[in-house]
Amino acid sequence: MTTLTAPPLDLAPRLASADIEDFVVPTGREEEWRFVPMADVAAFMHPDADAGTLMAEPGPHVAIVDAAAADRTAWLPTDRPSAIARAGVASVIQVRVGADESVPEPIVVRLTGPTARTYGHVDVRVGAHARATVVLVHDAGVDASGSIVVEVGAGADLTMLSVIDGPPENVHLWQWHADVGRDARFTGAVITIGGRVVRIMPSVSYSAPGGTAELLGAFLADGPQFLEHRIFVEHDQPHCSSRVVYKGALSGHGAHTVWIGDVLVRREAVGIDTYELNRNLLLDDGPRADSVPNLELETGDVVSAGHASATGRFDDEQLFYLQSRGIPEQLARQLVVRGFFVDVLARIGSEHWRHEILERISSRLGMSDDHADLLRDVEGTDP
Amino acid sequence: MSTLAITDLHASVTTDGGPREILRGVSLTVEAGSTHAVMGPNGSGKSTLAYVIAGHPKYEVTAGSVTLDGADVLSMSVDERARAGLFLAMQYPVEVPGVSVSNFLRTSATSIRGEAPKLRTWIKEVKEAMGDLQMDPAFAERNVNEGFSGGEKKRHEILQMSLLKPRIAILDETDSGLDVDALRIVSEGVNTFREQTGAGVLLITHYTRILRYIAPDVVHVFVDGRIVESGGPELADVLESEGYERFVTAPA
Ligand SMILES: Nc1ncnc2c1ncn2[C@@H]1O[C@H](COP(=O)(O)OP(=O)(O)OP(=O)(O)O)[C@@H](O)[C@H]1O
Ligand SMILES: [Mg+2]
Repeated sequence: MTTLTAPPLDLAPRLASADIEDFVVPTGREEEWRFVPMADVAAFMHPDADAGTLMAEPGPHVAIVDAAAADRTAWLPTDRPSAIARAGVASVIQVRVGADESVPEPIVVRLTGPTARTYGHVDVRVGAHARATVVLVHDAGVDASGSIVVEVGAGADLTMLSVIDGPPENVHLWQWHADVGRDARFTGAVITIGGRVVRIMPSVSYSAPGGTAELLGAFLADGPQFLEHRIFVEHDQPHCSSRVVYKGALSGHGAHTVWIGDVLVRREAVGIDTYELNRNLLLDDGPRADSVPNLELETGDVVSAGHASATGRFDDEQLFYLQSRGIPEQLARQLVVRGFFVDVLARIGSEHWRHEILERISSRLGMSDDHADLLRDVEGTDP
Repeated sequence: MSTLAITDLHASVTTDGGPREILRGVSLTVEAGSTHAVMGPNGSGKSTLAYVIAGHPKYEVTAGSVTLDGADVLSMSVDERARAGLFLAMQYPVEVPGVSVSNFLRTSATSIRGEAPKLRTWIKEVKEAMGDLQMDPAFAERNVNEGFSGGEKKRHEILQMSLLKPRIAILDETDSGLDVDALRIVSEGVNTFREQTGAGVLLITHYTRILRYIAPDVVHVFVDGRIVESGGPELADVLESEGYERFVTAPA
């Protein structure tokens, strides 16, 4: 376990461009690429004419739009693979919720890929005072790079859930950006379970005062997975709040997770409050977890600002206690790991998806059918 | 009729300075329906005995045997021991974040009984057991032992015992941390359990006050990793007034 001291945040605006050539090919020595196994992502560093575009089933709120026709000016890529993917997609997956609309059921976008290597672009816009939950399921079994751009209208409340799952050989490189409107609320949760090399970069900015952003993450890494979550919250509006909670459970030799939490509070962002937390649970001696919280304040006029990071070993006393009550070891481990994630998952509004995620986590941890049945009974999730 | 038989049990713990023997030949038989009190100075190895019987991985048994109705307890995993009918109410119950008491109780009852209790009767059963121990029903929704006071943890241990109905229960200082009222309530819980199930009880304590509620059949004096004397309930009073000095200084 390592907690590294981050180099000072670069306060200059980050380079953002749609032009691939504005970004040099990274070597792996750059601050933002230093952890990444570069050979595994090399294919995404140069445009590939054979890469297909990620698709999804159209629905009442979901449309597939020709890339040339889609307005994509709201946000620009901040790294090379993202710029390449943006230039390479043939179409954009648009999710739209109109102003004042309240969508009771989650809008599920299941990404599908026509080729082994794909580019994707998802564009989510939720109108003023709308309420919705959008679930993006990344388990198509293809390598993918792309961006997810979110705009939350004034007073709206959007929950976005991204589930990265699928075969343990895939590469997933995603930039996420959410722009939070006046008095709006955005909950963005990333659940990373599958893939071999995963790099998710959620970022948040505010277009007006009063916005709230909650960035949640739960990840499960098994040797030899590499999972990086690199968060950037930029407070440039007064009286907004941000809360970042990421939790990871790691096991096996070669499992490596990286969590970078950059929070930048600009001079004009007075009266904000921000808190970020990363906790990692090592299930054995094999894995490595890097955790770098980084809070930069340009103003002292904040309500509160804090961060915390901790990486700890699985507690055998908990296992003993549960087992001493007759609970078999495998099931006891499941309970402890599920319990570790509970506070993050509790904040995901959709009950259905909360259970879906727990089931995916458990099956990744190798839960037997008997135990799964038992937990379904215990948690009262029988249909 | 269940019998827990401990014979010449030796156990060590691994420390930085190598293995250290803590149990040095414990022999003790607890039969169903009987209650044995074990009293002894701090650090004499009472909790170690309880943990070794329950199968805590920290300790290594170097000699001797433990059997439950003839079955070799030492070759069983921790959960198998519980399913075989052993229960340990711990001196320091463990917090399990994120696991609710209600889910925990149902999972362990299902594991021990071999099938899920019917939901209706189960809810009633838990409610009644909590009521008997005067536990606020709100505890069911809290995480296991998390933020519980010392006394609340002990009640929670006894709650589990009532629901899991073991054949032999080991209570490690269940009385410490309890105020007078709680002591009475918890003792009543133990007595009801004894009457209803006919289980054997091994009660580890420093004080005779709990023995006024839960009458022991036998009292053992535990010093330096073994039982040095056994007697009737009156032995407890002698220990409380005179202390362990006589036993500690006695030649081994
Ligand atoms: N992991 C360990 N490492 C080193 N020493 C240990 C370990 N566990 C127990 N011991 C030692 O073993 C001895 C017996 O401990 P134990 O907890 O069994 O005593 P006890 O009789 O229950 O005491 P108390 O009355 O204070 O509860 C003590 O000296 C204790 O320090
Ligand atoms: Mg003790």
